[in-house]
Amino acid sequence: MILDISFIGILIGSIMASSVPLILAASGELITERSGVLNLGVEGMMIIGAISGFALMVITDNLFIAIVGSMLSGVIISLIFGFLTQSLLTNHVATGLALTIFGIGLSAMLGKSFVGIPGKEFPILFSSLKESIPFFGPILFGHSIVLYFAFALPFLTNYFLKKTKLGLVVRAVGDSPVSASNQGINVILVRYCCILYGGAMCGLAGAYLSLIYTPQWIENMTAGRGWIALALVVFATWSPIKVLIGALIFGGITILQLHMQAIGFRIPVQFLSALPYLMTIIVLVVISRDSRKIKLNTPTSLGRIFYKEK
Amino acid sequence: MYKNFFKYLISAIFLLGFSVNSNADFKVGFVYVGPTGDHGWTFQHHEGRNAVEAAGIKTTFVESVPEGADAERVIRQLAQSGHDLIFTTSFGYMDPTNKVAKDFPNVKFEHATGYKREHSNVSTYSARFYEGRTLLGHIAGKMTKTNTIGYIASFPIPEVIRGINAMTLAAQKVNPNIKTKIVWVFTWYDPGKEAEAAQALIDQGADIIMQHTDSTAPVQTAEKAGVWSFGQASDMQRFAPKSILTSIIDDWAPYYVERAIAARDGTWKQQDTWHGLKEGMVAMGPYNSAMGADLVKEVEQLQKDLASGKVHSFTGPIYDQKGNILVAEGKVADDGMLAGMSVYVKGVEGDIPK
Repeated sequence: MILDISFIGILIGSIMASSVPLILAASGELITERSGVLNLGVEGMMIIGAISGFALMVITDNLFIAIVGSMLSGVIISLIFGFLTQSLLTNHVATGLALTIFGIGLSAMLGKSFVGIPGKEFPILFSSLKESIPFFGPILFGHSIVLYFAFALPFLTNYFLKKTKLGLVVRAVGDSPVSASNQGINVILVRYCCILYGGAMCGLAGAYLSLIYTPQWIENMTAGRGWIALALVVFATWSPIKVLIGALIFGGITILQLHMQAIGFRIPVQFLSALPYLMTIIVLVVISRDSRKIKLNTPTSLGRIFYKEK
Repeated sequence: MYKNFFKYLISAIFLLGFSVNSNADFKVGFVYVGPTGDHGWTFQHHEGRNAVEAAGIKTTFVESVPEGADAERVIRQLAQSGHDLIFTTSFGYMDPTNKVAKDFPNVKFEHATGYKREHSNVSTYSARFYEGRTLLGHIAGKMTKTNTIGYIASFPIPEVIRGINAMTLAAQKVNPNIKTKIVWVFTWYDPGKEAEAAQALIDQGADIIMQHTDSTAPVQTAEKAGVWSFGQASDMQRFAPKSILTSIIDDWAPYYVERAIAARDGTWKQQDTWHGLKEGMVAMGPYNSAMGADLVKEVEQLQKDLASGKVHSFTGPIYDQKGNILVAEGKVADDGMLAGMSVYVKGVEGDIPK
């Protein structure tokens, strides 16, 4: 059954669907980190996005508003982080951790009255093509619009960082805020924008879970995906394309190991459960061996507080 | 001066009167392992608390208390702040509960799913969920077309293994060709992963999805894929109206009300409770009409027989995977064996993770 070609197509399709929240959150965090800001609040921003999206869907019955609202809620909560770290110069790590704890608590409180409400079917695109083309159908078609966006995002991010002037500004701010500032770049403003953008993507990642992947609201439903996204950014050595590869490997092995269990492979289950983490790290370490490239991509001033001398 | 003396005396009498009449400030505390909004395990305990409150008894609760050192602090805090009865609703609270109970002999403690009652003020209680699993197995055996039942399991503890075995035995009885495929997810609660596990089982040919995890994601996945499923811990029907055949519901409310009233009235005694369908601690959700009237009738009869004790979920002969006899013909498994169950019965595929 596993060797059936059309079945493999379905499998790849579901692997893609499962890696979407990781790609979105990690791509957003990547921009934030490239500007020199370490925001450990990914999990908190995701869960806020999840509840905001779901609540708006229930209240307005409009999925577009729900999706946009979830991104806005990510922006708002990351604004708190931005204000604390950029304007009040608090420690990035401590503030980010606080943001996660705050987000989980706040979402639980906001979500009290939304528990137990069934979600709504999210429209999928090209559903007829999915069925009619074997193998490629389930891979390329029949997904939500958010999935297509997520898969385009790493390439857009790569282009943005490497080919655009704004991307260069972000990298300059992340590598040497002092030099950037001397060049007349408003470091704080750039960092604010990157933090808010990261918040929007994390919010969208959360909404993907509560509106599309498992359409419902339950407390703590992100279940640690924010932390995996954070780890992905580091192991992918701040390269957007490697983030995509890492997310696909993680999602892929998670799903493959479930299939292996269902088929009845005689491999210890604990080993299978640890496999996604192991394989993702191994593959990313192997493909990012080039120390010159790592140096090029690593934001040198990551997590350091920037004071503008007056 | 005498005037003041009388004033004090009268107040003292009043105060004494109030403290003797302890009914007025009798308080019950609850400690939960998860959030009250998990829509599963903790949600049902919280429903029980609501019933106690509705019976006119004051309650407080603390949610999302991690098992371990934190739990002891929370339980101690509740005992110190004048709670007379404290329910600790997770297995991992076993040692902290007993430790605090030692220091507060006048406070009563009720610990869920544990077995340690080191002090006379500690009771334990649990539910025979496996009786519900027997009913699910019977339904699954009759409803499956692919003869493959997909089972999403959390952690390899006796509670979970007992459920798998009870379900498989009942399914085999009505359908000897049945196969149980198990996927261990090593979490009680991760909607995304539970959904993926359900999808993997469906892709591998299961047309019945059963779960021993807490979120509603598996039943929703089943609904989308057009296969059958069963709700876990609470009635999940509204999440998958077409797919859900029935739900196993944990109903702690009657027990909580009974024990709270007993403690208030001074009739509370230490005990070990393991209630099932008979007492209503395990209840079944509505049966899906897609089962057909005959099967519903059959299952309702089986439910009655399990409740009355005429049928037992673990009636011999029962063999383990290697064919060794576990329960002899004509015998039923005793509670000790059930409580410590750690092997699969014949017909379950795969190994138990160690």
